Amino acid sequence: MSRLIENKEGFPAVLMGNEAIVRGALEAGVDVAAGYPGTPSSEIVENLSQVAGERNLYVEWSTNEKISLEVAAAASFAGLRAICPMKQNGVNVASDFLLHVAGTGVRGGLVLVSCDDPGALSSINEGESRHFARMVEIPLLEPGDFQEAKDMTKWAFDLSEELKTLVMLRSVTRMSHASGNVTYGDLPEKKSRASFRFDGPLTDIQTGPVINFPVDFRHKVQHDKLRKAREIFEASPFNTYEGPKNPEVLIITSSACILYTREALHLLGARDRVGVLKLGTTWPLPPKLIKKHLSTTDKILIVEEVIPFIEESVKILAAEEAKDIGIKTFYGKNDGTIPMTGELNPDMVISALSKILGISYQAMTPEFDKKVQSATAGLAPNRELTFCPGCPHRASLWSIHAALQMDNHQGFVCGDIGCYGMGFFPCGYNVIKIAHAMGSGLGLASGFGKLEAFGMDQPAVAVCGDSTFFHAILPALVNAIHHKSKATLVVLDNSGTAMTGFQPHPGLSIDAMGQEAPALDIARICEAMGAKVEAGDPFDQKRTRETLNRLMEEEGVKVFILRQSCALSPEKKGKKQYQMRVDPARCLGDECGCNRLCTRIFRCPGLVWDKEKKKARIDDVICAGCGFCAAICPAGAIVREEAVLQ
Amino acid sequence: MKTLPKDPLNIIMAGVGGQGNVMASRVLANMLSLKGYKVTIGETFGMSQRGGSVMSHLRVSETSAWSPQIPRGRADVLIALEPIEAVRVMRAYGNSGVKVLVNTRAIHPVGVIAGDSEYPPLESIEKGLKELTPYVWMLDATEEATKLGNPILSNIIMIGAVSGLNLLPVGMAEFKSVIRDFFPEKLLEINRRAFEVGKEKVTSA
Repeated sequence: MSRLIENKEGFPAVLMGNEAIVRGALEAGVDVAAGYPGTPSSEIVENLSQVAGERNLYVEWSTNEKISLEVAAAASFAGLRAICPMKQNGVNVASDFLLHVAGTGVRGGLVLVSCDDPGALSSINEGESRHFARMVEIPLLEPGDFQEAKDMTKWAFDLSEELKTLVMLRSVTRMSHASGNVTYGDLPEKKSRASFRFDGPLTDIQTGPVINFPVDFRHKVQHDKLRKAREIFEASPFNTYEGPKNPEVLIITSSACILYTREALHLLGARDRVGVLKLGTTWPLPPKLIKKHLSTTDKILIVEEVIPFIEESVKILAAEEAKDIGIKTFYGKNDGTIPMTGELNPDMVISALSKILGISYQAMTPEFDKKVQSATAGLAPNRELTFCPGCPHRASLWSIHAALQMDNHQGFVCGDIGCYGMGFFPCGYNVIKIAHAMGSGLGLASGFGKLEAFGMDQPAVAVCGDSTFFHAILPALVNAIHHKSKATLVVLDNSGTAMTGFQPHPGLSIDAMGQEAPALDIARICEAMGAKVEAGDPFDQKRTRETLNRLMEEEGVKVFILRQSCALSPEKKGKKQYQMRVDPARCLGDECGCNRLCTRIFRCPGLVWDKEKKKARIDDVICAGCGFCAAICPAGAIVREEAVLQ
Repeated sequence: MKTLPKDPLNIIMAGVGGQGNVMASRVLANMLSLKGYKVTIGETFGMSQRGGSVMSHLRVSETSAWSPQIPRGRADVLIALEPIEAVRVMRAYGNSGVKVLVNTRAIHPVGVIAGDSEYPPLESIEKGLKELTPYVWMLDATEEATKLGNPILSNIIMIGAVSGLNLLPVGMAEFKSVIRDFFPEKLLEINRRAFEVGKEKVTSA
């Protein structure tokens, strides 16, 4: 049984922020969860799916984030409680529906959880989601520790039902993927029944049809809700102050930055000089509370990630109240006291605060700092990211690279979102030259493929994963085919949403709750649309390269599906198909003209350069036995033999 | 609950993706939580399976949650599952009093495999670390784990060693209780043995 459904009130557990959010949702009696995988949010739906049976939930990995929010909203309109977790980029995808559901309001409690990634630890941007709350005009909550992640999630459902509005809860990587102590509350008995009423008047979405109409009327209702949210937030226990009555500096902060701020005050010994207003309800801000605290001092430092979101809101309030509270000096992102980009940490808050307070602080003694530089010089070679041993993406990108070289028209790859995005790096032979959002690879290739009239003859090859195919490739494929673009799409089908932990997607015959589900066939979909489709095994180097070269020459849209499961997938992990070895008689080492192609360029961690023998060698512990490297050695020295299956 | 030598006490566990770094830091945190301490773990994963450095920051306190990121220069205990990862952590979080336990088994970065960079000799790493702090222990945990039948057990051997060296106020009782939440029944005995081996190796040396 999952420890997240222990029904012991007061039970102390060490939970990850995402697990705390799950427990909060379960304590709120959530009925439906829908989301799309994305670091750092994936553990929320994953953990809910594991208790779906015991807690009588419906849980799904939706095709994309917009659909997940629609699925969750349907539950709300049928009177149930629903949660919709996603990473920050997902909110961009969901934003069209988000604006509309913010306008209509909700029935059962509906909570959108956005897990942002300041510093882009697992993303290719650090875009943030909080401005969506301001833009679509819905209340925004930000938990400041693990206990709050649970308590606030539970409360978010009550707030949503009290105001009849969608509520957004925003976490960050250092909250979602960090862990701490959480004391459990009670798990309720659940007897939810769903039905959708529509017999009431158009002016009441609780009983009548649900539509943003009349628009002016609905928008006014939405603003009444925001006014009420402000009043509730004035007294919220999630907004707290710690520090002296009249601090020299007032820090206003939220989320993980609260913990960095406390750390900074501790190390600077400045707790009696600085006050901390910790905000849990960050949109709309409670004006009276902010005014009260702004009145206590003239220097305000705002500590937050990533954009100056609270900073701007507080400055507006300060301007409005200037006649009562006087002119304030603000420190934060806008004046450069806190960096405008990147993730924060305790040291950055220390640096900001020590400047304002005139305290000097050294993280390391100058002697140690000097000593550590000299004593460790050259002892920590860089550990660059690379594909796992046996990864089919390495093989696919190797063949794509070879095909582009052979084609000799300065062709390039339009990348997408997944592990294969590392095709930007040497481990993927730098084949990817352009990459943006989910599905954008083919959208861009569709555009490049129409530029022949302007003299462009470089072939654009788009790559995408199997989950990405369903998420956002389909409309781009329709576009490319309909407009007769000359584009090649390579689907790197590794049978799961591998990067985020093998969540199922519509191409597989299983769903999030482990139930059998109809699998949609990518090849047949593409064929039905009118694309030319071929399929192959990425570990067959010769055929993959030849097929690609042939397809690149052809007009129209071609889809090449390369199927091979992820090397870390449960069915493959720890099992070798081939026993690999380098034949020392055939490996000529530095005497060969290959210039160490196998280790210097191919760069699989399982294939190493033996410095003493000056020849290549297989590291048997690391090699996954995929067999692909046998095809890359010009001397034929890499030998593969069928492994004896254990 | 024993009074901590320092509050919060800062532990860093560092290694390479796939070594079980995240799991080991959670086991350790749960053992400390069982003793009544407040714990906070900060982890960097997501890209960790893809050959990169992995680091967990563990804060132990008698009173509250702390930042999931330890400030620069403030590590008290460093558990490194790989030698050059110990060096990397020392450069950012080290000080002259940090206690350092190192698994001596190297995992070569892909740049070393490709011949772009050199992996330093273990003796140089040990010497470098000992110039910085008098508290350095080197242990071939991977070798011991392989003797037990699976190199992945090296992370548990390291936790046993931490307990054996009294670096943290936890022992076999907490370990036994906590691993029930982490491993299936059939793996409990081998993990208990790994913990014991780690403890013995550092106390008999």
